[in-house]
Amino acid sequence: MSGLESLYQELILEHSKRPHGKGIAEPEGAAATSHQRNPICGDEITLQVRMNADDTVRDVTWDGAGCSISQASASMLAVLVDDREGGMPRAEATALIDGFRTSLRSRGTIPIDEETYGDAEALSGVSKYTARVKCAMLAWVAFEDALARAS
Amino acid sequence: MSSSPRTSIALDPRALREDFPILGRSVDGHPLVYLDSAATSQKPRAVIDAEVAFLTNENAAVHRGAHTLAAEATELFEDARATVAGFVGAAPEQLVWTSGATAGLNLVAYAIGNATLGRGVPESVRFALAPGDEIVVTEIEHHANLVPWQELAARTGAVLRHIPVHEDGQLDLDAAASVIGERTRIVAFTHVSNVLGIVNPVPELVALAHGVGALTVLDACQSAPHLPLDLPELGVDLAVFSGHKMLGPYGIGGLYGRADVLEALPPFLTGGSMITKVGLDRTEFLPPPQRFEAGTQPVSQAIGLAAAVRYLDAVGMDAVHAHERLLERRLRDGLREIAGVRLLGDAPAERVGLAAFDVDGVHAHDVGQFLDSRGIAVRVGHHCAAPLHARFGLTASVRASTALYNTTDEVDVFLDALTHVRPFFGVGA
Repeated sequence: MSGLESLYQELILEHSKRPHGKGIAEPEGAAATSHQRNPICGDEITLQVRMNADDTVRDVTWDGAGCSISQASASMLAVLVDDREGGMPRAEATALIDGFRTSLRSRGTIPIDEETYGDAEALSGVSKYTARVKCAMLAWVAFEDALARAS
Repeated sequence: MSSSPRTSIALDPRALREDFPILGRSVDGHPLVYLDSAATSQKPRAVIDAEVAFLTNENAAVHRGAHTLAAEATELFEDARATVAGFVGAAPEQLVWTSGATAGLNLVAYAIGNATLGRGVPESVRFALAPGDEIVVTEIEHHANLVPWQELAARTGAVLRHIPVHEDGQLDLDAAASVIGERTRIVAFTHVSNVLGIVNPVPELVALAHGVGALTVLDACQSAPHLPLDLPELGVDLAVFSGHKMLGPYGIGGLYGRADVLEALPPFLTGGSMITKVGLDRTEFLPPPQRFEAGTQPVSQAIGLAAAVRYLDAVGMDAVHAHERLLERRLRDGLREIAGVRLLGDAPAERVGLAAFDVDGVHAHDVGQFLDSRGIAVRVGHHCAAPLHARFGLTASVRASTALYNTTDEVDVFLDALTHVRPFFGVGA
């Protein structure tokens, strides 16, 4: 697989063309949004988390414009949260964000685990492209910020 | 230290490329195709060697000390000033060293702010702004020629206005004639936009500004490396350029000023080397250019920049311009042929070798990544001109820009690679 194809895996192109969770849901119950921007390229995202009564994450929805990596990453995050039956505990969400950041900053030495991250595993190749790490992180930083705001 | 310009001789980019060590490298197994010279140019060996030679043989602080090295360094430093000033048609005392265009524009904006506060020399009062006075910029400016004026307006109560740009990339001169009015005190604009590449009508804008007694400030970053430049002939009051975009080192640039303007301008940075007399409670300042050069100067960089303009002069700026015009036409004609590519501001106009464009359905970052996988370096993003991108309904674009060392073959490699971008990302037929 060439460098380019390891970066732009089929799953990434799929998610960027048909993104999940795009379009912000009606804010019900405890909900919070975060707006993040990448000043270098002008990419931006608005991401909302909705919380269940037991403080687990009900879902993630978002809107924004950006490159295929940033769009795919937001979509994969939405699916990951959606797939957690009964809501994702806050502590698990925080651990996922931390682990994702660690992998992306590892310059290709720590792959993203498919078992834990589902489709987002396809973003492993991004960590070798330091200029693109911010693209992949954008939605996850918005998720982290929105979680902190959601009481 | 002067060299006689060879004019009207077509340049041979293949021969020139031998002078640029970096152009021999490869990227991911592909020969480097460097089409990002508008961001920063590559450096010929003459520039690299000039810095190394100075640091090896003469290095010392300038304008102080009586030892041999200090004297030699000072002489080289001032020779460099004369060489670079000559390159833009100016006298040595009309050229202030700065760290680059951003620093030059901030110097001017802060100096005017200081004049507004009553600082400077008695003649500085001519620059003082009153609330309601107007500063005029254009919609196409680089952030470096926009944000310092926003800040100056906020500090002084002046009003910031702008000259709009047409869809085709030309400045709206009819609008300029009404935007520039009797409250206008400063008109700051770019010679060549770093996104559009169009050579703007400087004499017309200068005439409008001077018609109402306004000060003109020109951003010459994208013209100095590509066109014969005579700043006094253009009639502007002040102008800035960056060394690293014109084959020179980082951290060095020039602020040109008309003699009477520089003489009346208060200093911005203050401290050592810019004073005549210092007491514990007050100080008198040196005349220009030293008045604007507080602190230790970037000496090796200045000497490197002088080597860069000697190199450009030896090639001949007419030849550089003619060569880049050829590249620009091939670039733009080729881009128009590629499905899904939309050129930003495609008016028929005098240009430098530069084209910014949008690829339908593929984000600029992804286009840049694809091209990089074939060794082709372009710029992606808003190129520090976010308002201009907003004008075109975009947050980002792709920009290919040339310099004297690019070949038509490189333009063709770039165009061919670009035809594969939309298919790779599964966009379009």
